[in-house]
Amino acid sequence: MPGQTLFQKLWDAHVVHVEPDGTSLLYIDRHLVHEVTSPQAFEGLKLAHRTPRRVDAAVAVPDHNVPTTDRSQGIADPVSRLQVETLDANCAEFGIREFKMNDVRQGIVHVIGPEEGLTLPGMTVVCGDSHTSTHGAFGALAFGIGTSEVEHVLATQCLWQKPSKTMLVKVEGQLGRGVTAKDVALAVIGRIGTAGGTGYALEFGGSAIRGLSMEGRMTLCNMAIEAGARAGMVAVDETTIEYVRGRPFSPVGEAWDKAVAWWKTLHSDADAVFDQVVELDAAAIEPQVTWGTSPEMVTTVHGRVPDPAAAPSEVKRHDWTRALDYMGLAAGTPIERIAIDKVFIGSCTNSRIEDLREAAAVVRGRKKSASVKLAMVVPGSGLVKQQAEAEGLDKVFLEAGFEWREPGCSMCLAMNADRLEPGERCASTSNRNFEGRQGQGGRTHLVSPAMAAAAGIAGHFVDVRHF
Amino acid sequence: MQAFTSHHGLVVPLDRANVDTDAIIPKQFLKSIKRAGFGPNLFDEWRYLDHGEPGMDPASRQPNPEFVLNFPRYQGASILLARDNFGCGSSREHAPWALEDYGIRAIIAPSFADIFYNNCFKNGILPIVLDAGVVDRLFRECEAAEGYRLAIDLAAQTVTTPAGEVLAFEVDAGRKHRLINGLDDIGLTLLQSDKIKAYEERRKIEAPWLFV
Repeated sequence: MPGQTLFQKLWDAHVVHVEPDGTSLLYIDRHLVHEVTSPQAFEGLKLAHRTPRRVDAAVAVPDHNVPTTDRSQGIADPVSRLQVETLDANCAEFGIREFKMNDVRQGIVHVIGPEEGLTLPGMTVVCGDSHTSTHGAFGALAFGIGTSEVEHVLATQCLWQKPSKTMLVKVEGQLGRGVTAKDVALAVIGRIGTAGGTGYALEFGGSAIRGLSMEGRMTLCNMAIEAGARAGMVAVDETTIEYVRGRPFSPVGEAWDKAVAWWKTLHSDADAVFDQVVELDAAAIEPQVTWGTSPEMVTTVHGRVPDPAAAPSEVKRHDWTRALDYMGLAAGTPIERIAIDKVFIGSCTNSRIEDLREAAAVVRGRKKSASVKLAMVVPGSGLVKQQAEAEGLDKVFLEAGFEWREPGCSMCLAMNADRLEPGERCASTSNRNFEGRQGQGGRTHLVSPAMAAAAGIAGHFVDVRHF
Repeated sequence: MQAFTSHHGLVVPLDRANVDTDAIIPKQFLKSIKRAGFGPNLFDEWRYLDHGEPGMDPASRQPNPEFVLNFPRYQGASILLARDNFGCGSSREHAPWALEDYGIRAIIAPSFADIFYNNCFKNGILPIVLDAGVVDRLFRECEAAEGYRLAIDLAAQTVTTPAGEVLAFEVDAGRKHRLINGLDDIGLTLLQSDKIKAYEERRKIEAPWLFV
């Protein structure tokens, strides 16, 4: 019998019950809750006179609607304010732990889970948010769910699931200088497409992945959903264990030793068989820039906007034509000639301390281009912000003319006041370049933090390796 | 949940691949704490020429005459014909809520994004996967004939065209059973309470750090 994949090990450890058709009732260890996808779940619970099964397994934080400017006056938009107040009220009513808007531990849900040690190896982690795949970086089975399932997890601590197929994304070799986990993620999506991972759980492996920090692994797993996969994961190794050690909610003493002993088994066996294997050469990956309205519409910084006439199919030709029209780009334009209006450094993809260090290293001693209207840096959490300030990164950004903001999802999806105006073009470290994502009519190019920072200085995309 | 047994309805073709949930229901409408009322803002940025915000009277908006949902011939449509990877992106259940509130009961596409596909079943919407070539043909038939309607039978797992052609589709048995009967998932799960409790007791010993 062949060995097991990491996915199979995680799955088997959480099966409560199996139906004859293979549908399984899966136990959920950690439930992360935010203000946007939970109000209707709490309402449903109350209407059915139900209560949460395990409040200790849930943790809540407002992140999508919170302002990134001065918070002393609260939230100006009354609709946003009501949504955050509703989360506060629901958590208070049911006794769910919440990091409120003005708590220093507040931040993007996918940043604070790992930061607090609330995300641990071997867990099943869910959240009413597709980027829950982020937590798979810890050797956890983590995936996004809808609001009905949020209610289901609150009521039962379980979910009905069928096992996914498994795909190994193997990246061997050494990443070049200035090439980051974000570039790997975009290169993978460019290769397999935004639906390439549909129905699969992705495992990222190979020497380049083992060489990534936990921040890098989180960036990579975060983008698994942009390849269509609900879950992305990386095997547990010493890097994982060292990151988890000493976090506020990490186990201690005997429990720590027992946990580590189990965590060390959380990797695919050498003879495990995957349904699909995709291999990339790390050394061949260059800094990536998206040119269209889907993350798979991506090329390297030395590439050009493609010609729809060269599209591989009729449907794609149609999509590319629409995308170029929306993006206001002509076929054949070199990526480095594309001028930008705004820079956004932040989001659950790229707002951790390492991301901010990489961006700061590029802007240090330089000035934002006069043609760039706004360059904003939004740390992923209050603690990331604190750490960055202790390292003086805030000053580096401010001196370069970048704005230094309060933590939250911000302009990744523009639910708060941070957004693009129609026609504005943005170098963004977020995860989606969909039409209207960062504001109606806004044009998003996805890049790494270093590439976004460099674009902010140059006023157009540049190869950060020669900058 | 609204049950789905069979449905005969007008088809509207949305000829775009990778339609994401941001397009289905833009973020500004996600601020609502209610489950209903998203229909007027379904595909808001494509459907209207002016910018939409929560609380606007739909009657005061400027519809985009070039968007297919606004064509007079597709008014009252209840079956959406779509392309590959429909519903990709965010997990927002507001997307199926908006489709359902608008009156869509079934979506036919060559493929769906996983989370969206799953969310449809929780809201009485049937997502049907048909071969890309077949979907292509349905697009052509639908665009050629005004008043093009399809008949869907979930029990038999078939879609029947106006010409009488019967197309079979696959659906997971458990999901089918729950959708046909309009069953509440939570109620069914709670029938397994003893097993959940036994699992928890075992895990408290195996992995005590998960229970603090």
